[in-house]
Amino acid sequence: MKLMHGVLRFARYAAKRGAVLFVVVVLAVYATILIANMGGYVDEMVKSQVMASVSQSVAQNPQYKMLPYEEKMKIINSLYEAELRRLGLDQSFYVRSFIYLGSALTMDLGRAQYMTSDSGSTIVRVIITERLPASILLFTSVNLMLFFIALFGGLALSHRYGSKMDKVVVSLSPLSSIPGWFYGIFLILIFAAWLRILPYGGMVDAPPPKDAFAYALSVLKHMALPAMSWLIAYSVIQTYVKRTFFLMFSSEDYVEMAKAKGLPPKLVERRYILRPTLPPIVTDLALTLISSWMGAIVTERVFNWPGIGSLFYEAIGFLDSPVIVGIVVIYAYLLAVTVLILDLVYMIVDPRIRMKG
Amino acid sequence: MATEKSGAKSFLKSLLTYRSALAGVIIILFMVSLSLYTVIAIPYPEAVRLWRLGEKSFMDNPRVAAPSWVNLFTSKKLPETIILDTRSSASGASKAIVSNTFRFEFTFSYDYDEFPSELNMFFFSKFNKTLHVAVYWQKPGGEPLKLKDFTLKAGEDAYYISADAVLIERLNKYLSEKVGAGLNQTLKAEEALFAVEDQSVLSRDTMQPAKGKYKVVVEGTAFEEGYSVDAKLVVYGKVHGIAGTDYHRRDLSIALLWGAPIALSFGVVAAVAVTCLQMVIAAVGAWYGGRADSLIQRATEFTMILPFLPVLMMISAFYKINIWVLLLVVIALSVLGYGTKTYRAMFLQIREFPYVEAAKAYGASNKRIIFRYLVPKVLPTIIPSLVLSVADFVFLEAALAILGLGDPDAPTWGKMINDAYGAGALYLGYYHWILEPALLLVVTTLGFALLGFALDKIFNPRLREV
Repeated sequence: MKLMHGVLRFARYAAKRGAVLFVVVVLAVYATILIANMGGYVDEMVKSQVMASVSQSVAQNPQYKMLPYEEKMKIINSLYEAELRRLGLDQSFYVRSFIYLGSALTMDLGRAQYMTSDSGSTIVRVIITERLPASILLFTSVNLMLFFIALFGGLALSHRYGSKMDKVVVSLSPLSSIPGWFYGIFLILIFAAWLRILPYGGMVDAPPPKDAFAYALSVLKHMALPAMSWLIAYSVIQTYVKRTFFLMFSSEDYVEMAKAKGLPPKLVERRYILRPTLPPIVTDLALTLISSWMGAIVTERVFNWPGIGSLFYEAIGFLDSPVIVGIVVIYAYLLAVTVLILDLVYMIVDPRIRMKG
Repeated sequence: MATEKSGAKSFLKSLLTYRSALAGVIIILFMVSLSLYTVIAIPYPEAVRLWRLGEKSFMDNPRVAAPSWVNLFTSKKLPETIILDTRSSASGASKAIVSNTFRFEFTFSYDYDEFPSELNMFFFSKFNKTLHVAVYWQKPGGEPLKLKDFTLKAGEDAYYISADAVLIERLNKYLSEKVGAGLNQTLKAEEALFAVEDQSVLSRDTMQPAKGKYKVVVEGTAFEEGYSVDAKLVVYGKVHGIAGTDYHRRDLSIALLWGAPIALSFGVVAAVAVTCLQMVIAAVGAWYGGRADSLIQRATEFTMILPFLPVLMMISAFYKINIWVLLLVVIALSVLGYGTKTYRAMFLQIREFPYVEAAKAYGASNKRIIFRYLVPKVLPTIIPSLVLSVADFVFLEAALAILGLGDPDAPTWGKMINDAYGAGALYLGYYHWILEPALLLVVTTLGFALLGFALDKIFNPRLREV
């Protein structure tokens, strides 16, 4: 009976939390649709393009050459109306913005307005999945590296609190006020322009090597500088943050209590220090991995890396709202689902979190 | 009052015991005074005008020249720009007019180890019929060589010597005949006109400019009385001023100087506004609780789920906003964010403190409790992160400029880097163009970072190193 009650309460909490997050996602996606269409201004541009191309095709068609002006205008207008209907532009933008919202939320991402994938497709899903591996390859691996460097480095430093190494890390941490892409410029300058041992940018040599091994090697060579720029920029500060984080947890009262009880230090560390740090660390890792999915727009621009960040940048240049909305929708869903799962898992696992409602 | 003063004093004292804080303060003070100087010396509209004028107004400047002080560090002396003008007597230009013929002589001594970057001659004349000129070039100890003869256009006219394809072909042929061997590569006009005429000219690695007195003569004929004509010879160098120039011949020092006040004001205003607003919003939410709190919480989640940089990029790309509107958008997008959640957690703890209970008991208003009891308690702990976030916002502006989305008018450091990137400065070796703004950005943000980390150690002493 008690278990039933607990499960019910959990389900109610999960439903409520899920609903709230869904509403947030809907609002965020709708805001993106409004911004990406410039509040309907993009429609006006498309309309004038349609008008121009229709009038041009009528003017160039020999069949209509002899027609009087009014007749020609009539044909142009009827073709224009038909084209608008075909594009769905006969409805007002606000009606359509909700249609967009509906299809975006059901992950029906549709076709791009101007952009094509490298394989020539205009389907947004194809365009995005084509770029996805590049972003994941670079940024997910760099973020994982950063995460583990920070985790183990921070843990080690928190043991040697006040040692020389600790002081070095503390005094180097201001270096992280400079973002990764900025170090990237310097690294290009040193390793590409001056020493000429690593490429300026891109993901693979042109033309790409045929041999799979040579291909992988070439990709690794292209990854070196962007990865290095992020490691330089963020490894020290993240280690510092983790060190402080472990220090805070190891100075809690219950840790002192455990030590006072005379428990062996190994046990104190495992059970009293590390265990409570687990939830925030897992959250940190999950959110880092999710956001690395988006790539990094500026770093990808600096290194000409063909990932999602570059795709987003190009989509803004083309005013291609389906692509923009597609990227944001996927990101928002991934983020919301991750947050929800983490929330629920902690509620089950961590007795300190109590559910309300 | 006295205790407050001594408190500030002891604070300053403890701050300056950190060498890093001292360095940070010095850097920030330097940047602030540089900004003040810039704002007073070159008013903003003037700076924008100078920056947006276009190439025509800087025709006397060399293209992508390195800063002059580069010569202090290199054994090979790079040339400065030499300008000879018949309208000013001081320079080595002389002018002789005898009824309807005239003759200009430009003499200059060339003492550099590198070739000039470009050669141009400009004419300023007034006449009604036609004016015919011929230009001769004489190397040190050499014979005069005719470059070109042509008829002038009235008003302003120019002979772009470096762009004269016929001349370049003729000079190359002349040199290979003179040395008696084919040249390895086609020399540019300014190389051919300055090179020592021996075997060394065969390869670009060995060729050298002839040092000594050069003489350029313009002989002309007019077909009328009462005309006037002047000319200016510009031998473009490879160094210019204290900052060098960019591809549009603009003096980079304008953008370097103006970059400072823009970066500082953007960074500081954004950091202060965002932190203060986040704090007040968090305090209001935590204090009132209930509906207000959950509304703020949901709104925060909403902005956190919107990807910040992409949204900012869309807004600045679609609406073509200037830098101050951009600042407002940045603030608006950041007021509800990670910080709001953190501060809310702090306020939720403070809300339960006895002194707040006491204030409530004596009947303090909500406003008073928030601004006099809650906010001041949290303020010291967040000042370090405020100072640190200045650096983030400075780089945010630079990042937008790198993406080509910044204010098109404002001469900022990020814009310079973007221009340099666009012109392929890293490939072509125009390192000064990128390094100057980059180093200023680094120094500025490092100043705030050093100060911020030191403040963190003072205000949050729990984590101070032993």
